[in-house]
Amino acid sequence: MASGFIVKRNQYYDSVFLMGVNSRLSSIDGVRKTAVLMASEKNKELLQGFDIACPELDAAQPNDLVVAVMAETDQIVEDVLANVDHAFIAPEGKERRNSVPTLEDALAQQPQANIVSISIPGEYAAREAHKALDAGLHAFIFSSNVSLEDELALKQKAVENNLLVMGPDCGTSLIGGTGLGFTNVVRQGSIGAIGASGTGLQEFTSQIHHAGSGISHAIGIGTNDVSDKIGGLTAFTTLIALEANQATEVIAFVSKPVGPKMLEKFENKFKACKKPIVCCFLGAKELPPGHTNLVYTRTIDDAVIAALKYTDQNTLPVSVLSLTLEEKDRIEQEKGKWDKKQKYLRGIFAGGTFCYQSQQILKDEGIAVYSDSPLAPEYKLADPENSFSHSIVDMGSEYFTVGKPHPMIDGFLRKQRIKTESLDPQVAVIFLDFILGYNASPDPVGELIDAIEQAKRNAHARNAHLTFVASVCGTELDPQDMDLQIQLLEDQGVIVFTSNAKAARFCANLVSKERDQ
Amino acid sequence: MSENFEELLSNPLVVINLGLIKFSESLEKQSVEVLQVDWSPPADGDQEMIDLLDALL
Repeated sequence: MASGFIVKRNQYYDSVFLMGVNSRLSSIDGVRKTAVLMASEKNKELLQGFDIACPELDAAQPNDLVVAVMAETDQIVEDVLANVDHAFIAPEGKERRNSVPTLEDALAQQPQANIVSISIPGEYAAREAHKALDAGLHAFIFSSNVSLEDELALKQKAVENNLLVMGPDCGTSLIGGTGLGFTNVVRQGSIGAIGASGTGLQEFTSQIHHAGSGISHAIGIGTNDVSDKIGGLTAFTTLIALEANQATEVIAFVSKPVGPKMLEKFENKFKACKKPIVCCFLGAKELPPGHTNLVYTRTIDDAVIAALKYTDQNTLPVSVLSLTLEEKDRIEQEKGKWDKKQKYLRGIFAGGTFCYQSQQILKDEGIAVYSDSPLAPEYKLADPENSFSHSIVDMGSEYFTVGKPHPMIDGFLRKQRIKTESLDPQVAVIFLDFILGYNASPDPVGELIDAIEQAKRNAHARNAHLTFVASVCGTELDPQDMDLQIQLLEDQGVIVFTSNAKAARFCANLVSKERDQ
Repeated sequence: MSENFEELLSNPLVVINLGLIKFSESLEKQSVEVLQVDWSPPADGDQEMIDLLDALL
């Protein structure tokens, strides 16, 4: 195997752009693997395995671009590296009419700006966010890997200056109908939302839209905001903002369960709020009792139903969690096609919240599920690459995405996993999630449809039948054509739901206990 | 206290986007005014130099 690399000094590109270049280079005939990255110390570790260690690489700086190639022959390596510039010419190219090199320049050029969106490597994000706050601007911080100390300092500064810091590690915010980060296009309305999880907010806002109602604002607070250390600083600021906001009649809060100290804080804040609150603690073992204007739920679907009751849309039908007769018939049909060995469910997910919620719903039905992100430590997969028994993997987790595109952006990782699972004769059900909206893949179903077809053929070749179940998070207003995405899946025999909770309940019935025995 | 937030929630967003160009493009598709910062690590990513610069400014 041959390998080689080039270093281009002082050529900085963002990580998503570079992943696109990487994908174009790796599809060239004869190329085994490629790495296209900025030469930070962390990134340079990803080059182990290319057999290219040398002083030039050691000396490369975070502003330097490295392209590494491993291919079948020296000639292929040489050709790829000689023509690498072609791969950097893409529709989403770096050249823009309206751009500046620094935040300081931007602040001078755009004095009307009211928010800074930050999606740079985590080690630099806090520094730029402080500058934004010092200039009196709100901040949306998509970057992850920001220390809790830095997050706390930023949020304390924001509270002192009446500013909002969404994040770090904030995937989604919808302010007055404008989406920041990964968002779905939804009807505007009177339901406000606060979320510690990006995909949780996307599912909530999409479900509200499907129910015929709408969203005033949906504010992401970042994964760590509800930790004891951060103390919910952004959550509580947002609560005050939505309580005062005239467009908002009811406020929903979506998060994984919080610790006892934070639960007490939340209860006190919620009880003091003058507007009705629906609080969804995903999969919480026990929920506080609530009262007239405070409802607790364990699933996003239940939160949607509860929130709608406070609006004038409360008579519209929404996803019902019990199965219809038609769905029960479908379950029997599918089970009837399996062979005797087939019994396991394998979830291959892009959304972390969907992975978590699905495990919880299956657990409620008495089905233990292993995962790389399990509900309890005893169900942690020993190797995330290898499923065991019933398993659901979060392929958007750091383990799978270091140096590789997130499955919400690119389906490559999930395609490989579908193939792997389809070759296991004990697998009966493959459960997938698809997430539409701004910044997600332009064709998430199209990226996986060949893999689904091949997986079904693999099972058919051994006289078995693979059941595919999918949840699609999104709306008909999203840039992807939702109806077409669903049609593509259904044409391949995939059973599709527009609610992850309902899809999980369907899967639970498919692999119910009597089948295990 | 809440005036600052109400101003954010009730007025069109004017965004400075630092980082992923994809985010700027999706804002433009929503007809949002956005200024892209083609950010790169300051001082060649040398943390000691960055700290020194911050102390001086």
